[in-house]
Amino acid sequence: MKLAARLKSLNTPLTLVAGILIIALFTQLAGISLLTRIVTVMFVSLMVVLGLQLYMGNSGILNFAHVGFMGIGAYTAVLLSMTPQAKLLTNSGLYPVLAPLHLPFLPSILIGALVAAALAAIIGYPLMRLSDAAAVITSFAVLVIINVVMLHWDPVTNGPRTLFGVDYRTTLWMSVIFAMFTIVAVYLFKESRVGLRLRASRDDRYAAASIGINMMVMRWLAFVASAFVAGMGGGLWAHFITSFSPYSFYLSETFVVLAMLVIGGPSSVSGAVVGTLVVTATREALRAIENQINILQIFPQGFFGFTEVVLSIVLILILVYRPTGIMGNHELHWPRLRRKTDVVELNEPKA
Amino acid sequence: MINLEFIINTLSLGSLYAMLALGLVIVYGILNLVNFAYGELIMVGGYVMFLLTAFSPLPWLVVGILAIGAGMLASLFTELVAFRPVREKSLTAMLVTSFAISTLLQNAALLIISPRARAVTLPEIFQTSVMIAGTSVPWRNILTIVTCVVTLTLLTLLLRHTVLGIALRAAADNFKMTRLLGVPANTVISTAFAISGIMAGIVSIFWIGRSSSVTPTIGAPPLLVAFVACVIGGMRNLTGAVVGGFVYAIIISLLGVILPPGLVEFREAFMFVIVIIILLFRPEGLIRSKTSVERVG
Repeated sequence: MKLAARLKSLNTPLTLVAGILIIALFTQLAGISLLTRIVTVMFVSLMVVLGLQLYMGNSGILNFAHVGFMGIGAYTAVLLSMTPQAKLLTNSGLYPVLAPLHLPFLPSILIGALVAAALAAIIGYPLMRLSDAAAVITSFAVLVIINVVMLHWDPVTNGPRTLFGVDYRTTLWMSVIFAMFTIVAVYLFKESRVGLRLRASRDDRYAAASIGINMMVMRWLAFVASAFVAGMGGGLWAHFITSFSPYSFYLSETFVVLAMLVIGGPSSVSGAVVGTLVVTATREALRAIENQINILQIFPQGFFGFTEVVLSIVLILILVYRPTGIMGNHELHWPRLRRKTDVVELNEPKA
Repeated sequence: MINLEFIINTLSLGSLYAMLALGLVIVYGILNLVNFAYGELIMVGGYVMFLLTAFSPLPWLVVGILAIGAGMLASLFTELVAFRPVREKSLTAMLVTSFAISTLLQNAALLIISPRARAVTLPEIFQTSVMIAGTSVPWRNILTIVTCVVTLTLLTLLLRHTVLGIALRAAADNFKMTRLLGVPANTVISTAFAISGIMAGIVSIFWIGRSSSVTPTIGAPPLLVAFVACVIGGMRNLTGAVVGGFVYAIIISLLGVILPPGLVEFREAFMFVIVIIILLFRPEGLIRSKTSVERVG
């Protein structure tokens, strides 16, 4: 009885996890290396998008800084996991203190995530009192600041140059495991006290304040947790791609992550998952077309930017015709487990 | 270090930034929309200049006017196609839309023209200098200051003495009330976007005058400048935008002089730290406006 109730309350995340597992199994069985790469990146992106959903979906505040925290996680993790020789090979001007640090993969990305979360905790504390446009501009400012620092702090990040020589550690199943845990964690956060209070403050900040909800603290907790997830996603991504530069964590990546979340539906965990799947599939299809056209040399000067053009049009169309995204405010459910009478949905806003 | 050359350079930079900030604020004041696609309007102006100077015999003055017109049309077009349908939905929807338009225009330029920089041939006057009181001053800088003065005068006249201008100012103060008094929302918003586009067009001439080339990503730096200038001056206030533009120019020039060489490359980061501090402690900017609801505690 207790178990059944618990399973029922975890219906949504388990359904989503099942979906992820099916995709992973299929990819494994298909054994096509290109597909494996695409799916692995998709699961890592899924983690980052889920992290964004954790903050944006529950607080209702648009956050541009997210990808910046992903970058912080990536650089921290990489500086810990690479061997001293590899580090000095790619960045000879590295601070001497950083060179001898050498940790296994998992502690590295965990520390990367913690550093991202710690920075978010410091930066975020004063920022959480801002709403609307001011919140958006400050989050954008944070992204710019992180990017400028990454671009020019040569002794740590190798400046604008590519940092290479990272070990390849993020396999398909590694990304699957992280994605599954993140889904469950983000869902549990949404349903937790903090998540519920935060959503209440999103829907009506004055009503929420009147029943004693400290909105700033709730937002802050979500912001820190979201940066933690982003940082971990960044660490995973870095150990998949193995060489990268600060340009990987700026506006174009922000656009993709935002597109995934907004197209899927920012106010539900299922939305983040569905959005990531849909956008990845669309992007890869478009990119294949783009590459094919470039190979055939139909246009003498090359054919670039087609993928982004189509994706941004899709994003605008979604915002015009279905501003709450594909999933709206709904979560996916495994139909059999749910009786008609049992759940009175906590109404989410129509906004 | 602070001599006549420094002053004129800073004034010219300030003029440019003031016009830049004005274009952003005029839309923000009415719609609360931080238009991320604003930088791309400058890019559109730049590409029109590139195309016209490279492939047509038109005299330079006409090219400049057409570039400004292109900025205006692009701005009106984005408003009509993208912002109008999402306007009533939510602030987030509008912001994401503007971000999407920015990406769209950038990649459209990439797709249609080229990812590589295109040289824009500018008239002689952009390269020559004049001697004033013993220092050589580029004509370009003087031209920027003059244009700014003329533009601001015209804009002030428009805003103070025409019905449309008065409606625009009223809408910036209280859009709901203005609509209740019978001012058509679409007209006001379109006008704001048109002015914003004209500003972007004017800025594009001088911005590209500095580098003599145009790339698909040229819109990002001016957008960041406009953000900072607006926040410094106060997001809801046109005078504030102008003040903010000049203050930005002064701060960035001084940072270039004051900061030790190793930190100069971080000066953008310093600017954005200033932005965050201002938004936290004085969200209404240097020039106070009516109300500010951005801060909740």
